Amino acid sequence: MTCLGACTFFVLILLSEVVYMAIVGSFPFNAFLSGVLSCTGTAVLAVCLRIQVNKENKEFKDLPPERAFADFVLCNLVLHLVIMNFLG
Amino acid sequence: MAGSLAGFLVLVLAVSICEAASILQPISDSHRSAALELFAPTDGSFGSLEETYEALRTFEILGIKKKPDITTGSCQSVSETLGLSSSTTEDLFNALKVNSILTCNVDEEIFQGVASRLKAVVNDASSLLDFYYSIGSLVLIKDQTSKVDALLGDADGIFRSIKALSQSDGRWRYSSNNPESSTYAAGLALEALAGVVSLASSDLDQSLIVTLKNDIVKLFDSIENYDDGSFYFDEKLVDAREHQGPLSTTSSVVQGLTAFASVTSGSINLPGDKILGLAKFFLGIGIPGNPKDFFNQVNSLAILESNRVSVPLILSLPATVLSWTKKDQLKVKVNTVLGSSAPPLTVKLVRAFISGSKDSSVIKGLKLKFDPENAVHFLDVLPKSVDVGSYQFVFEIVLDDSVDKKVYATGGQTQVPIFVTGVVKIDNVEIAIVDSDLGSIEAQKKLDLAGENSVSLSANHLQKLRLSFQLTTPLGSIFKPHQAFLKLRHETKVEHIFVVGNSGKQFEIILDFLGLVEKFFYLSGRYDIQFTVGDAVMENSFLQDVGYVELDLPEAPEKAPRPPLQPVDPYSRYGPKAEITHIFRAPEKRPPKELSLAFLGLTLLPFIGFLIGLLRIGVNLKSFPTSALPATFAVLFHLGIAAVLLLYVLFWLKLDLFTTLKALGFLGVFLMFVGHRILSHLASTSSKLKSA
Repeated sequence: MTCLGACTFFVLILLSEVVYMAIVGSFPFNAFLSGVLSCTGTAVLAVCLRIQVNKENKEFKDLPPERAFADFVLCNLVLHLVIMNFLG
Repeated sequence: MAGSLAGFLVLVLAVSICEAASILQPISDSHRSAALELFAPTDGSFGSLEETYEALRTFEILGIKKKPDITTGSCQSVSETLGLSSSTTEDLFNALKVNSILTCNVDEEIFQGVASRLKAVVNDASSLLDFYYSIGSLVLIKDQTSKVDALLGDADGIFRSIKALSQSDGRWRYSSNNPESSTYAAGLALEALAGVVSLASSDLDQSLIVTLKNDIVKLFDSIENYDDGSFYFDEKLVDAREHQGPLSTTSSVVQGLTAFASVTSGSINLPGDKILGLAKFFLGIGIPGNPKDFFNQVNSLAILESNRVSVPLILSLPATVLSWTKKDQLKVKVNTVLGSSAPPLTVKLVRAFISGSKDSSVIKGLKLKFDPENAVHFLDVLPKSVDVGSYQFVFEIVLDDSVDKKVYATGGQTQVPIFVTGVVKIDNVEIAIVDSDLGSIEAQKKLDLAGENSVSLSANHLQKLRLSFQLTTPLGSIFKPHQAFLKLRHETKVEHIFVVGNSGKQFEIILDFLGLVEKFFYLSGRYDIQFTVGDAVMENSFLQDVGYVELDLPEAPEKAPRPPLQPVDPYSRYGPKAEITHIFRAPEKRPPKELSLAFLGLTLLPFIGFLIGLLRIGVNLKSFPTSALPATFAVLFHLGIAAVLLLYVLFWLKLDLFTTLKALGFLGVFLMFVGHRILSHLASTSSKLKSA
């Protein structure tokens, strides 16, 4: 539930950024890309976390949810390091 | 046009002045004003006692009354130097020299002390400079006070030990262990020996003096000379440390020679023209730019003026350009080197000849009259045989009194370049257009060069332009000027200059346009005519625009040469360049601030929704560990994540990648550790829960 909610929020932010860009233009383009990719990336990671911790999903039944959360945190940190670097 | 004519005359004058500069002038007021500029004390004194002496001596010689007052400061420095027991002989020598001019109030006891110290130095001295300074100082003491005994007991011995440093060619060594001989040192040695002679308590061995006189004659064998008859001494050896220039070397020898001549009886067998040559050398320098050279020049000239060997007399001319029109008189002055009047004498104009042709004399054996009021020898009227032109006049000074002949050096004959200028008559100036084949005159104009001319002619390529004129000197003979040019200038500023030649009396130039079309680049149209006749001795040199000729030339064939590009105006080439304006990238258009802030709020909106959601649903903290250690790890884990995010914000704001990665490395390890601990704790509790 929370993962899905988070996903929705990120998609909402993404949409507002795209709208902003449509209104005022893409300058500075790297900032825009950073914002969009940050949102997309985080949303995708949240979806992945949700898939992994879902108990009904048998594919990942051997994977403990703590491990999935650790992956989520690590990936987020790496993603945002790159995002911050690209932001300028 | 008047401007260009004036400019031309200035040029002619400048040429004449340059020529005249080779004639020597005795010391004059320009030296006096230069002396005041060169010897200007700073803070009421000159740098050292040596410089003070040089300044004071120069002022004394030149008779400058308005000299700076430095007596008090200098006298104090003299007394201090003489009183100090650590002063070197050179310091003492300079101090005594200053005192010889200023006559400061120095105690007899101090003189006594200095004299005994100097005598001790003289007796032990081995180098020439020690002898020179100490003997020189003793001579100065002897001159300055009669109460102190400055006489030398063993004058013969000292004379011999200085003489021992001399070389066979008349030059001297500085010390016995220095094999290099120097002309400058010879001058110092002669002065020192003159001092020994004057300080000798008993008569010296005359054979020593005779040998020394021979040495002087030998020294004068090494004298060098310039073409203009000036003689000078120069160091053969170029040694960086002790090297003296020709001026100081010559000055040193002159000082030594005259000092020696003044203390010995009998004459020194030196030719008068060498002494005169030395004076010419000093005068030929002009006005030196540094105080040392200036002093050497003035001091040597002063010494030459009053020396016992022979006093040089300088023949000078107030003007070397004589004008026929103004009936200028030929004036000659004879002075001593410092500009004082000469003994009674007659100046003879031995002969005069046109420059470049030595054989044909125009004047022979004329005596100049003497004007005692202005002390000038003059020639009333130039003889009729002297026309305009440049001449060489040969003068000779003949002393009236035969006794003076032994005292003065006149140097035989003096050759002086003289310019005689005058108005040259220009007659029959005609410009005409002539048909090539028939030879018939198409159009002819007479020019009056005294006034303005504006000839307008027209011609085609089958015709010729003829310009002819005659030049006659005031005495009626043909005059050949340096320059006789005809210049044609096209509208496009392409210029052609032709030299007008002469055949006998007539100057004529014929421009055959048929042969010139190529040279004229087939440029038809208006050509301005400029006519120039100029010479250094021609008072009415001119450069006139006389009018124009309209040329009708055939069309240029394909391969005809193009007219040369006109030189670029030097101002545009070397003047300031146009200012460079830098173009910077125009800043991007930014959206209005309100819009951006609105969208910032919009992006924050989901976060607020998230917070509201949390409040509505509530936070699930069931899995948060209750025991102390895992709870600490949990808190540290969250703090760690917060720290990493904060680091990212700092990375964005100010840190660079390297610093960030270093910090991230440490934080990452910490986060791994606490994360692993808390997550494995949570996993173990959940698995226990499951198994239970």
